[in-house]
Amino acid sequence: MSLFEHSLKELTQKLNNKEITATDLVEESYARIKEVDDDVKAFLTLDEENARAYATELDQNADGKAKLFGLPIGIKDNIVTKGLRTTAASQILSNLYDPLYDATVVQKVQQEKAVTIGKLNMDEFAMGSSNENSSFQATRNPWNTDHVPGGSSGGSAASVAAGEVPFSLGTDTGGSIRQPASYCGVVGLKPTYGRVSRFGLIAFASSLDQIGPLTRSVEDNAYVLETIAGHDEMDSTSANVDVPAYTEALTGDVSNLKIAVPKEYFTEGVDEEVKASVRKALEKYEELGATWEEVSLPHSKYALSTYYLIASSEASANLARFDGVRYGRRSENADTMIDMFKNSRSEGFGDEVKRRIMLGTFALSSGYYDAYYKKAQQVRTLIKNDFDKIFEDYDVVIGPTAPTPAFKIGEQMDNPLTMYANDILTIPVNLAGVPGISVPCGFAENGLPIGLQIIGKHFDESTVYRAAHAFEQATDHHKQRPALGGKAQ
Amino acid sequence: MNFETVIGLEVHVELKTKSKIFSPSSNMFGDEPNSNVNPIDLGYPGVLPVLNEEAVNYAMKASLALNCDIAEHTKFDRKNYFYPDNPKAYQISQFDQPIAENGYIDIEVDGETRRIGITRLHMEEDAGKLTHKDDGYSLVDYNRQGTPLVEIVSEPDIRTPKEAYAYLEALKNIIQYTGVSDCKMEEGSLRCDANLSVRPVGQEDFGVKTELKNLNSFSFVQKGLEFEEKRQEEMLKKGEEIFQETRRFDEKTKETILMRIKEGSDDYRYFPEPDLVSLHIDEAWKERIKAEIPELPDARKKRYIEELGLPVYDAAVLTNNKELSDFFEETLKQGGDIKQASNWLMGDISAYMNKNQKELNDLALTPDALAKLTKLLEEETISSKIAKKILPDLVEDGGDPEQIVKDRGLVQISDEGQLREVVTNILDQNEQSITDYKNGKDKAIGFLVGQIMKETKGQANPKMVNELLIEEINKR
Amino acid sequence: MSRISEDQVKHVANLARLSITEDEAKTFTKQLDDIITYAEQLNELDTEGVEPTTHVLDLKNVMRKDEPKDWIKKEDALKNAPDQQDGQFKVPSIMD
Repeated sequence: MSLFEHSLKELTQKLNNKEITATDLVEESYARIKEVDDDVKAFLTLDEENARAYATELDQNADGKAKLFGLPIGIKDNIVTKGLRTTAASQILSNLYDPLYDATVVQKVQQEKAVTIGKLNMDEFAMGSSNENSSFQATRNPWNTDHVPGGSSGGSAASVAAGEVPFSLGTDTGGSIRQPASYCGVVGLKPTYGRVSRFGLIAFASSLDQIGPLTRSVEDNAYVLETIAGHDEMDSTSANVDVPAYTEALTGDVSNLKIAVPKEYFTEGVDEEVKASVRKALEKYEELGATWEEVSLPHSKYALSTYYLIASSEASANLARFDGVRYGRRSENADTMIDMFKNSRSEGFGDEVKRRIMLGTFALSSGYYDAYYKKAQQVRTLIKNDFDKIFEDYDVVIGPTAPTPAFKIGEQMDNPLTMYANDILTIPVNLAGVPGISVPCGFAENGLPIGLQIIGKHFDESTVYRAAHAFEQATDHHKQRPALGGKAQ
Repeated sequence: MNFETVIGLEVHVELKTKSKIFSPSSNMFGDEPNSNVNPIDLGYPGVLPVLNEEAVNYAMKASLALNCDIAEHTKFDRKNYFYPDNPKAYQISQFDQPIAENGYIDIEVDGETRRIGITRLHMEEDAGKLTHKDDGYSLVDYNRQGTPLVEIVSEPDIRTPKEAYAYLEALKNIIQYTGVSDCKMEEGSLRCDANLSVRPVGQEDFGVKTELKNLNSFSFVQKGLEFEEKRQEEMLKKGEEIFQETRRFDEKTKETILMRIKEGSDDYRYFPEPDLVSLHIDEAWKERIKAEIPELPDARKKRYIEELGLPVYDAAVLTNNKELSDFFEETLKQGGDIKQASNWLMGDISAYMNKNQKELNDLALTPDALAKLTKLLEEETISSKIAKKILPDLVEDGGDPEQIVKDRGLVQISDEGQLREVVTNILDQNEQSITDYKNGKDKAIGFLVGQIMKETKGQANPKMVNELLIEEINKR
Repeated sequence: MSRISEDQVKHVANLARLSITEDEAKTFTKQLDDIITYAEQLNELDTEGVEPTTHVLDLKNVMRKDEPKDWIKKEDALKNAPDQQDGQFKVPSIMD
């Protein structure tokens, strides 16, 4: 049995009791990567030498006090790591770029003595829902390598599902943690906007981006969030709100939980199999003593348009800094300043990134700002108000994470709009800034996982975790493992 | 046809905070290229801005000193454009909610006071510095990137290049008084763009305006505007069309030269900066800043006239220069005589500075020394002649005037016995002068005084010498 | 009716400093037009008087003290520079 079948807490106990060493964990990680990553393609960069050296150092000076002591972690490649190649899966950063500093979350996991195994694949600059927009490789779904792992944190989800690392960090702008967690059958949380510092996260859409953990269990997830959450004076939008002990919220008790189930999350675009799994989950909640009612989030159908206008507008500015002057790729054809800008950017960015930069530039340009960007910001207010209203009467909102299980590689690359629709159920959560989690809630007939999305109030990750944990413990979906590398783990 | 000129000025002022507006890099001028930069200034992926509180305080101080209304709610926006000195390809600025609006400055030109409106004052970050080299490339230094700036936009109230000059002088003076900026044009801590249009007198609509850039001194602003005013008037007289264009002032030819014609307005795609939160400025904050604003030039001038009894002209000259005025204030604090201190500062000391191209700060003279000098004069320990004699030493080498006077034996001779002896001796040697005097030739007295001063190396008390001379002559 | 023309796409690409080929211009025009047409559904909503949301959290006056801090090593400023000279970033001149 893989060591990673143990919870993170158990692993730290075993390390404390000297039953295992940090080196054992690191070796386990790299062995599994060697075994399956040719198929899964989750990692872009491995930090083997440093990871081994650090594990040895930890084993020699073990006091085991740190919360993530010796635990192997995978980090999405849009989170900057000093001295370790960071590309955001883009050609524009594919040379010998050194970020010069560590993201705040990286500093935090390092303070807790986690061991960085490597950097995880993603859609270029987190723009995509399948990892097919990575400019380096397409990560595969460990449950069926003909299918996508979801995106943009596809590498983060697949690496955990494949048992390459016990946990990873991803980022979520419109569903980029939850949708791949759903596709890969793992637990992924997008925290409340402002809960986790964005400092060192290569920005896609600043008002929507959040970093969050991907894990095998809800408990692990809560455990990791405890270390990465908190106010950061380097991020003006990080909230100065206390971080509760999330793991202590996992009581298993949901007897008085009031669940809202938006009818808009069961539209025709959602697979019957997915709907059935979610309905079964609601029955389970009833068994556990919770109550649910159908509600309406009337502006849900506008979320996708709103999101693409706002996110693309912010992205058009955020990605303008890649100009070939201070770092990153400069085109060979850069005889004049304008050629340097245009050729470096055109050669460095993939089509989806260009498409969104152009959409955002258009939405902000003079004469269109009010009709598109400002309009979208106003609709964002309406979408946020929908949630505020529901949360006056309910503790959580529950629905599917994604309309379908993981689709086949190549299936949706022709039409951007179809691809965008994969995020239709996750996007409203980012627009409202509330926390949302995806937990496994069953399998489709083709054997691919289905995820349940639980959404909470601002800064109420505790209730989200409590609800997710109670369901998880009452079912065994999360105990299933993909048959990968010729053998089930 | 008679024309009327309409001028508007945009002034950028760098705030001298210790660190930059959105990053903790040092905000020092003149360091080695790219030494005061961090990943935030370099626009690295993943960095975020955090607002420097002091930059806001300084901007508020400048706003209040310029009689502006401070906004209750203000925010930052991104202004998007690509240029190598603009590392994020957007500048964090303020678009539709500037920190302050609706201010004014009173200026005086040819004895007439005019009020020039200030449309708005907003905060933003400065860009890096691009140096163009001859052989097809440029170099970028980001030390200046992130220096806090305020942009002060005037109403189109200015009617002559001379008024523009007066506006800039007054603006600079006020900002310097607040202490938030050095306003040194030569170091770029104050920069000015001007736009000008002309229209037939009586026409309500503004004419087509041109924008002037690269104006490196106030007098170049005035000269550039004068040239532009004439150029546009002549074009209109010939029935030619004026284009909206950007022109630069050539310091050698004293002409303005076309840089580029503006096609429509630039599309900066402003939108609210999502990485920064909004600012809410309450009364308490405003009051706190208000209390920190020192006395401003107009108030000080009024006080000099009303309380110190200085002539209007003197009060104006002193207060038009903060350094000079501060020096004067300090001299008075050290017990210096009002009129004497003012005369010396406006007279010999200013003359010395002009002649040697020096600022008050460059001089070795201290307010304490000037105060002592005026006291020595007042107590008649030295004559003004002696004072003039030792001033260059005080200015160049510093020192204590009392000590200098003592060491060099320059103390005025006011001993009656001693003076009477000198007077008697001189009279004995110059009997012709006595005769001349008695015959009504008053000039003879001057000659005799000169002889006495020569004899006493200028140290004789002139008043006593005069009295004793008349007394002694009358005895003969 | 198309919401965005090929010329507009080219203009937007220029604003964003992207060079696109004629073929790309055609493809992007079609795709962007689809997206924008879809996004026009927002016009169904009356947003008169609705405050735009820039931040979901009601944070205000987040500021830091005016204290200079050292961060990176001086030589690291140019570590990733594609081209440099005399301690400065080197770029082609503005002239076309």
